Amino acid sequence: MKSIILRAGTRYLAGLLLLFSIYMLLRGHNEPGGGFIGGLIGSTGFVLYAIACGTKDARSALRLSPQNIAMAGLGIALLAGLMAALFGDALFTGQWLFIGDRESGDYIPLSSVLVFDIGVYLVVFGSIIALVFAMEEEI
Amino acid sequence: MSAPADPARKPIGGLVPTALAAGLFTWFATFLPEVAAGEVVRLAWDWVPSMGIALSFVFDGLSLTFALLISGIGALVFLYSNTYLAGYKHFGRFMWFLTAFMLAMLGLVLADNLIALFVFWELTTITSYLLIGFGHETTNGRRSALQALFVTGAGALALLAGLILMGLEAGTFEISEILAQGGLQESELYVPILILVLAGAFTKSAQFPFHFWLPNAMAAPTPVSAFLHSATMVKAGVYLMARLYPGLSGTDAWIWTLTIAGGFTTVFASVLAVKQTDLKQTLAYTTLMALGTLTLILGQAGGYSMTAFVTFLVTHSLYKASLFLMIGCVDYGTGTRDADVLGGLGRRMPVTAAAAGLAALSMAGLPPFIGFIAKELAYAGALEVPSSVLLVAGASLAANALMFAVAGIVAFKPFWRPAGGTETPRTPKEAPWPMLFGPLLLAVLGLVFGLTPGLLQGTLVNPTVIGFMGEAADPKTLKLWAGVNVPLFLSLATFVLGFLLYVVHRAFRAALNGMAPALPNFDSMWDKFLDGLKGFAAWQTRVIQPGILRVYVFATFTTVLVAISGTMIVKGAVPAMPDLSDVTWKNWALVALLIVGAVLTCLTRSRITAMAALGVVGIGVAIIFITFSAPDVAITQLLVETLVIVLVAVALLRLPTLRLEGDASWRPLDAALSAALGLTVTLVLLAVLETPLDLRLTEYFEATSWPEAFGRNIVNVILVDFRALDTFGEIAVVVIAALSAYALLRTTSERKDV
Repeated sequence: MKSIILRAGTRYLAGLLLLFSIYMLLRGHNEPGGGFIGGLIGSTGFVLYAIACGTKDARSALRLSPQNIAMAGLGIALLAGLMAALFGDALFTGQWLFIGDRESGDYIPLSSVLVFDIGVYLVVFGSIIALVFAMEEEI
Repeated sequence: MSAPADPARKPIGGLVPTALAAGLFTWFATFLPEVAAGEVVRLAWDWVPSMGIALSFVFDGLSLTFALLISGIGALVFLYSNTYLAGYKHFGRFMWFLTAFMLAMLGLVLADNLIALFVFWELTTITSYLLIGFGHETTNGRRSALQALFVTGAGALALLAGLILMGLEAGTFEISEILAQGGLQESELYVPILILVLAGAFTKSAQFPFHFWLPNAMAAPTPVSAFLHSATMVKAGVYLMARLYPGLSGTDAWIWTLTIAGGFTTVFASVLAVKQTDLKQTLAYTTLMALGTLTLILGQAGGYSMTAFVTFLVTHSLYKASLFLMIGCVDYGTGTRDADVLGGLGRRMPVTAAAAGLAALSMAGLPPFIGFIAKELAYAGALEVPSSVLLVAGASLAANALMFAVAGIVAFKPFWRPAGGTETPRTPKEAPWPMLFGPLLLAVLGLVFGLTPGLLQGTLVNPTVIGFMGEAADPKTLKLWAGVNVPLFLSLATFVLGFLLYVVHRAFRAALNGMAPALPNFDSMWDKFLDGLKGFAAWQTRVIQPGILRVYVFATFTTVLVAISGTMIVKGAVPAMPDLSDVTWKNWALVALLIVGAVLTCLTRSRITAMAALGVVGIGVAIIFITFSAPDVAITQLLVETLVIVLVAVALLRLPTLRLEGDASWRPLDAALSAALGLTVTLVLLAVLETPLDLRLTEYFEATSWPEAFGRNIVNVILVDFRALDTFGEIAVVVIAALSAYALLRTTSERKDV
């Protein structure tokens, strides 16, 4: 699509969508959101970019091939699940580390669950983009 | 498979499996004193404890006999292969396959758990498939491998069913416990269990009528055949029957099935063995004969039979491995295996000739070889059978006499017959020592065990027989001279008959060849069976998959409709009209929006309108989720809806315009189906709403998601924590689907470019 307005707008919109998708990913454990939704939003941004500027530009902006992103996501999710084995728990049991003071609520929670969610995010993100790019290029 | 192209390249890697097999053999041998003392060693690890499945291994007389044969002959076969296949381009792969095969076989014979046993059983099926099909460049190699896989694989499925039935009936999957508690013979499930288990055993051990795959398995390289036929895979079926003997034997069904199948196979196979001219092929049929004999013996129930079983098992493994390896040496040295061409090799290949001679004398059952003792015991066993003495003794006599003749054809004729006019492809020369070591050692062992039968007696035979027969065990003594008795007369008759058969074997072969067209050929029947199967598959594919999308969609939805509405009618589940008084005008507006969207999608002819209308439906559904406070689902719905519209737009808007007129006659039918389906689903939902919701899980997740998983969004906590394994499976599916779709689109575009 050769629309200069769409193209100019998309550059900002895609960035915003990506940022928003990460926000959705991170808040997912307590508020609506999470890896699946985050991944969908993030891929929407790139799909928009691909429609406005063409898949060639979108691919070079992405740098990595979407299939590899999806595969990496699957690997990360698996590793997050395997982390439980280090602590002697059943597979995919969440492992938590709280930095700071839990009593006052002033702390940063780190968890294997978040790593797993990042894996989910990457899988959804990569898979959808791979599909859309392939269809755009094929037809 | 011919000799290697470049024997100069000596692979070192092959020494690792050789050492492994030798090491295992030594380790197994350390169990001998304990087992000889009547102890049973058990090693067990939990595998799937919740289902009573353990990785347990047992060392008793039977498993140790097999383990020693497998690892011992394995070591010699590896050593042999190092030279025989040196320089062969897939040497490394071959060694890996063979090692995997050996380990699977060891697992099979040592396993003390039915499920573990089955897993190893299938591993031997798969590894032997890889080995038989090793020369996959040839059509014959591929066909033989597939045939072996299909026949033994089908049998294995039956076996799995039988083993599960047996485990359920006994209440445990541990074989030793099942056998100890006994009583399977009185169970109602005994006959199905017996049929299923024997189906597995008979296919694996190539009993008639499943015998046809075994001779074809000759497509494998010679060391594989030696291993497969002497100690391992084909004996797995016999092993299984022996292992389960205390639990399943003794009934009329057992006795007669094994007697008839074994007796027929042994005679049939030894006749066919005489018919062959390829030495390897001849030996393949004699393996069938040996398996038949072992089955026949297992059908019986006396102390002589059981002693004969173990003795003949060891005897056969020794001479068969030796002879196969010897034929490999002959092939290696002369370039041919044709019995009619070979002759006068004795002077050129003295060591090979010696090995062949010793092994063949044991095979022919002549004293003072172990083969003689085994044969005497088998005859003694045949005289004490509960089925028919005439049948068992007659079958044994016929098979043994034919075996005598075959021993002459395989090991006497090529070496000591005056060389004929025909030249062999290569000038005969002796094979290198690593190839001679194995056959010679095994052949000499046949003589050693024959001269000192006590060696086998105490260590392996007695513990095995006691394992079979329990307290009532009556292991007979292995001796070279048992006095003048009926078995001795039968032996003498065997020698005379065998010698006569050897003298007239060419005429006999010619007569058999003349008769051959009149007899059913199972190998070609197998081909016809496969053709029929393929034809049926093609026919039903044409019917079910005509390649027209609307037919698929119509069939799918009709099936769903019939399944759901049929169930509802049968169950009489007609819901009452719901109370609509508390539905607000906002909800009604939403319903109206959805209906308008759906109707518009159906009626419009413009693609862009259809997509927009479909989008309306999707967003309407998302709004419903929001109204009923499920923001996560609503967001997902909205985003998926957006992306689907994009995908559909990419695809649909660029398709050529299709004419719809041709389909007009279908439209009323489509409309009726959609309406009926919509109505049914609505009724189902109403019926579901009538039953009280089970909130136990919801309450559990509500209560535990913060204290246990530190998350306040239950939906996401369930996804990434409580049910993370499910999610992992799902994202794996997403990746696979995306990659497959990607690959599919790529291939079509590449095809277009060409």
